Amino acid sequence: MPRSLAGRGASKHDSFAVKFCFPMSNSVLHVENLTKRYGEVQAVRGISFQVAEGEVFGLLGPNGAGKTSTIEILEGLRGADGGSISVCGYDPRTQSGELKHVIGAALQSTALPEKLKVIEALHLFAGFYAQRRNPEDLLKRFGLAEKRSAFYGQLSGGQKQRLALAIALINDPKVVFLDEPTAGLDPQVRREIYDIIEELRRDKKTIVLTTHYIEEAERLCDRVAIVDHGQIIAQGSPRELKQASADKTRIEVRLAKEESEQTLRTLEGVNDCRAVNGNYVLHCQRPPQAIVSLVKHLEAQSNELVSLEIATPSLEDVFIELTGRRLRD
Amino acid sequence: MRNLLTLTRMRVRLALRNKMFFFFSIVMPLGFFFLYSAVFAKSVPRDVQYLLGPVLGLNVMGSFWGLSATLVTFREQGILRRFHVTPATATDMLVSSILANYVLTLPTVITEILLARLLFHVPNLGNLISIILLVTIGTLSFGSLGLVIASVTNTMQETQVLNQLLWLPLIFLSGATIPFTYLSSLVQHIALFLPATYLVSGLKRAIVDHYGPEKLLLVLGSLTIWFLLTLFLSSQLFRWEPEAKIPRKAKMYVAATVIPFILLGVWENKYGRVIAEEKVAIQRLDEADRAERRARQQGQHRDPDAPSQDDSDQPQ
Repeated sequence: MPRSLAGRGASKHDSFAVKFCFPMSNSVLHVENLTKRYGEVQAVRGISFQVAEGEVFGLLGPNGAGKTSTIEILEGLRGADGGSISVCGYDPRTQSGELKHVIGAALQSTALPEKLKVIEALHLFAGFYAQRRNPEDLLKRFGLAEKRSAFYGQLSGGQKQRLALAIALINDPKVVFLDEPTAGLDPQVRREIYDIIEELRRDKKTIVLTTHYIEEAERLCDRVAIVDHGQIIAQGSPRELKQASADKTRIEVRLAKEESEQTLRTLEGVNDCRAVNGNYVLHCQRPPQAIVSLVKHLEAQSNELVSLEIATPSLEDVFIELTGRRLRD
Repeated sequence: MRNLLTLTRMRVRLALRNKMFFFFSIVMPLGFFFLYSAVFAKSVPRDVQYLLGPVLGLNVMGSFWGLSATLVTFREQGILRRFHVTPATATDMLVSSILANYVLTLPTVITEILLARLLFHVPNLGNLISIILLVTIGTLSFGSLGLVIASVTNTMQETQVLNQLLWLPLIFLSGATIPFTYLSSLVQHIALFLPATYLVSGLKRAIVDHYGPEKLLLVLGSLTIWFLLTLFLSSQLFRWEPEAKIPRKAKMYVAATVIPFILLGVWENKYGRVIAEEKVAIQRLDEADRAERRARQQGQHRDPDAPSQDDSDQPQ
């Protein structure tokens, strides 16, 4: 058999394997090669992923990466230009009516009428579904029992977001979509929301969330897809993703006198060095050796080490490594 | 159906908590009622009866203000998009708006009718079935006009400008404020292209001339067609998202909603009786006034202390 033919056959087989041989046995959400364009802007360029039942799946990426477009297509709020999608067995483009009965969502940039009371809001949304949970139970669970008769307009940012989460669960949905659930909240309130989502995770709710906070993705998600420029550039559990760059520990040092990046890069154990805001960031595979050689070098140059910080790789580092940018640039 | 009722209940509840609603839908229409009945009609039952049509007409036509403003606010604040992710449909949103508006308009209309009867002693309110039908189809169709306004404007400012532009001709040309016969002949003929003219004139005929629905088929039919057309159009142009702007082409479709009244206007200008009926009604009021003055003068000549016979001087 000619070699080229064999090669072609093998690659065909490979792509088949990627697509069909390892489907998640219990997946509730399939997205394959999703594309979306707004005029000249290609917002989503061929995104593919699956979410298993009971899993918390995060789309992590900077603003404008295409996360919200993706999640809103899955919710049936926007049309897609290409690709195949299945959410709980429904195609959001053609079966959004059926789909909306089985999903719950907390959207970005949304609101409720100012003069609607908390308990009324829950009853109102419960009225749309055949299957519904008891609004009173949700009030208690989300710490809103005291606010049951307060108007929506009187709630704090955190209370509004807790109400949004409670409403997202009112129909006991099969999948919950949370679009930037903690954006714009102060750190303490953000942690409150994390606690709630972690509780949902313990209850084995299937959740798809988008975020641009590393902490959120690391803490809440079973699996994360890193999205940039409308594409998924890495996918896996936070641990898997970090392991991919685990061999490149980051040492950040501040020195009394300036050194050239080039010199530091040649030290034993150091793979790379970059000057960032007056500090030097060394990437190294064997940190102890790198530190020893750095100290020796500084002694020889009669320079001093002002501070030293060893950072274990975070998803932020993964993002920087893959894109050359910080997440919030 | 359940979505519809759920949303209608919410809209009614929210309106009742809204100071703007309280002022524009209750205080102002009742203010108009007292202004017309006590000041313009000087509490003379016959004149109060004549002006009840315009008062009810103003009340019914005002529907489109609140409706367009609420819907645009809901869209601008991202409230609609929250409903979009539920099983509620665009039709649910639109029809619930109209139903809630109807439910909220009715109490004021009924109050005005009762006050005319009980406080101003209007002896006869005309054909009640016709009044109910006209108020119903009028509230539905002008409410639906509000939905179209909400769907063709992108911001609250645009909505308010368009509301003003429509409101002024509707109230000044329809006979709801300035008596129709005071308008110049040219303006009268232009007014025959406005739905408001037919609503107000229909109400007058029902109240003053006791017209039954069978004599008001043209008005009822054209308002019904207009209602269905505007409702269909607003469902086609409905936007959930604040950032979704209306394409310029779509604004052209709105022109379609004026078709029924262009046709009706042309027909009325040629064969119609709206202007003639209005003249007759005014003449009768004038004659009744004159007769009353004469009777009073004669009474004063005969016996200055004799009781007034005002109430018996109803036009025949």
